[in-house]
Amino acid sequence: MNTTPTSSPGSPDSPGSPDSGQSAPGPRRFTGATPYLLVLPGWLWLAIFFVVPIVSMVTMSLMSGNLVRGFALTFEFGNYADAVSTYWPQILRSLFYGGCATLLCIAIGYPVAYWIAFRGGAYKSTYLLLLLLPFFVSFVLRTISWGFMLSDDGVVLGTLKGIGLLPDGVHVLNSAPAVIFGLAYNFLPFMVLPIYAVLERMDHRLVEAARDLYAGRVQAFVRVVLPISLPGVFAGVIMTFIPTSADYINAKVLGGTHNTMIGQVIESQYLVNNAYPMAASITFILMAVLLIGIFTYARALGTEQVMEAQAR
Amino acid sequence: MNRIDPALARGLTRARLSRRSILQMSGLTAAGLALTACGVRGQGADEAPDASFWEDKQSNGTLRFANWPLYMDTDRTQLQQFTERTGIEVAYDEAVQENHSWFGKIQPKLAQGESIGYDLMVITNGIELTKLIELGFLAPLDHDQLPNFAEHAGELYKNTSYDPGNTYTVPYTSGITGIAYNPDYVDREITSIADLWDPKFKGKVGMMGDPQEIANFGLLLNGVNPADSGPDDWEKALAKLEQQRDKGIVRRYYEQDYIQPLTNGDVWMSMAWSGDIYQQNAEEGTDLKFVVPEEGATIWTDCMMIPVTAENPVDALLLMDFLYEPEIAAGLTEYITYIPPVPEAREILKDKAGEASGEEKKELDGLVESPLVFPTEADYAKLHNYVPLTTDNEDSFTPMFLSVTQS
Repeated sequence: MNTTPTSSPGSPDSPGSPDSGQSAPGPRRFTGATPYLLVLPGWLWLAIFFVVPIVSMVTMSLMSGNLVRGFALTFEFGNYADAVSTYWPQILRSLFYGGCATLLCIAIGYPVAYWIAFRGGAYKSTYLLLLLLPFFVSFVLRTISWGFMLSDDGVVLGTLKGIGLLPDGVHVLNSAPAVIFGLAYNFLPFMVLPIYAVLERMDHRLVEAARDLYAGRVQAFVRVVLPISLPGVFAGVIMTFIPTSADYINAKVLGGTHNTMIGQVIESQYLVNNAYPMAASITFILMAVLLIGIFTYARALGTEQVMEAQAR
Repeated sequence: MNRIDPALARGLTRARLSRRSILQMSGLTAAGLALTACGVRGQGADEAPDASFWEDKQSNGTLRFANWPLYMDTDRTQLQQFTERTGIEVAYDEAVQENHSWFGKIQPKLAQGESIGYDLMVITNGIELTKLIELGFLAPLDHDQLPNFAEHAGELYKNTSYDPGNTYTVPYTSGITGIAYNPDYVDREITSIADLWDPKFKGKVGMMGDPQEIANFGLLLNGVNPADSGPDDWEKALAKLEQQRDKGIVRRYYEQDYIQPLTNGDVWMSMAWSGDIYQQNAEEGTDLKFVVPEEGATIWTDCMMIPVTAENPVDALLLMDFLYEPEIAAGLTEYITYIPPVPEAREILKDKAGEASGEEKKELDGLVESPLVFPTEADYAKLHNYVPLTTDNEDSFTPMFLSVTQS
């Protein structure tokens, strides 16, 4: 049999070369259209739920007016200037909280992923299930439970105060650390899973080889394991940094004064203030800032590794 | 069947969180949905509906009612009574959890002239109500068909500032926004709004996140009646509120979830709604104190209204009127524990307490005597209406006070 990979084994008239110049018979033409038909739902999905909303949001962000009188497209670029000048502290704070939460996720998540991948043995899937178990409970409920955990006389602080390790006045709930811890807690699995996926697939003999070549444990980790796992870390950072920076529930439930994140501002601009153009422009600023951040980060880390991470 | 301990049954059937906080989570979800539902169109109806609205309308024997959580008992007793009396079936839905997210949800449909899926809904007398009226989204009420309202509604609840002549709304229930404090932590009696500014309570004071509520307290602290206030007064109130926040006195700006922190001591005092505190004390055995501060407090009203696109407006109107029968209003009050717009409800509950015994009598007596449910004349004298907002001045008002809470 001399069939090329592109020709279907079921069609006996397949020529040896795919571009023989002959017009293909009926079934073959259909074969040509099939991939496009298969991809159509995906494109439709993107068009309806991504392109259309984005376009309408861009339009909205350039409008002026109010709900009662209606909004008109006046190419009001001032919306963007207003948004930045009014809300730059909240934007910067969101990025800062998101960044801290992401670092915290790496610090906690990497060892977890490492341990499950290399030491999990037969129970790997059990450990992963345990990691994901909290996700069977609603995000908001878990955040509220965090509030209970961190409350002034709650399980943690109450005990510490009880044994005299903390003075009475200290509180964690409704402060920046509470928000950052909450974010890290809620998004931790998004960091662990990609790192785990990379480490799990790693050839363990590479570590052995490194040790054979007189690398110490630390050396072997830094020079072999870490570089191999970086695409996982990269994917993890994207999957935690973007949602944590845009999150508004943690700040709303666990934050206090001066802890507002930009997501809360967007929500209230839409729902309390009905200032849709303003809300749309803040949304775009947030998107832009995040995209620029991610691309810079991708550049710094090397695009190939990024593509590799995406391909997995 | 075994007899169930009434206290247990109450615990099982009644929500333990504060009235509005319980579904805050789903409120957040709804908020998310509403975000995606916002359209470009915002224009009001082409012309405001007038009395001719009712000319071709008739009862259809069915009705859909959107109300707040915990605003009617789980048996829907009053609706059953209504169905027995009139034969009209009511589909009741605890669909409203926040004024602004509800508004965001129904506005696009109303703007398109489509039915919102409900014929009767309850919204607080805030800016959302004003917008609904300005946009011409509400059916003008046919007062000829509201004889009970005319006869039994308290004078205070007729002809209100937010809806003169009750053109579009009649009250469902009212409440006071005042101060609640936890005497386990606060060692002195709290009597004034100024106490919320006392640096002694640094980091232990809760305020409300709602721009209107918080503005009211800033205004009252400055001795200004919110209902008569103007932009200059707002500026001064804003300065006071920022001062309070920046000194670290405010722990957090709460939406509706201040009860739990107040109970477990995360905050020692907070702006609060009267009925929430009454419920918490009655059901959890807490001893939270609620005060109408000496500078004054505000009274808000959750109002019933009929969207202009309602499919069964006549049935909605009949139910509205039915709920003003004193017996029915008394039954509702017993469950809601907010202020009923029908003063006679108190006498009926008093009589009921006279006939009852044991636990039930104690509860009813507590309810009848509570100034949170039936404010005294002295309390009423201190109660003010909200800042009257129109679409024009709201553009500056709301961002101004949002900047306090969203720092």
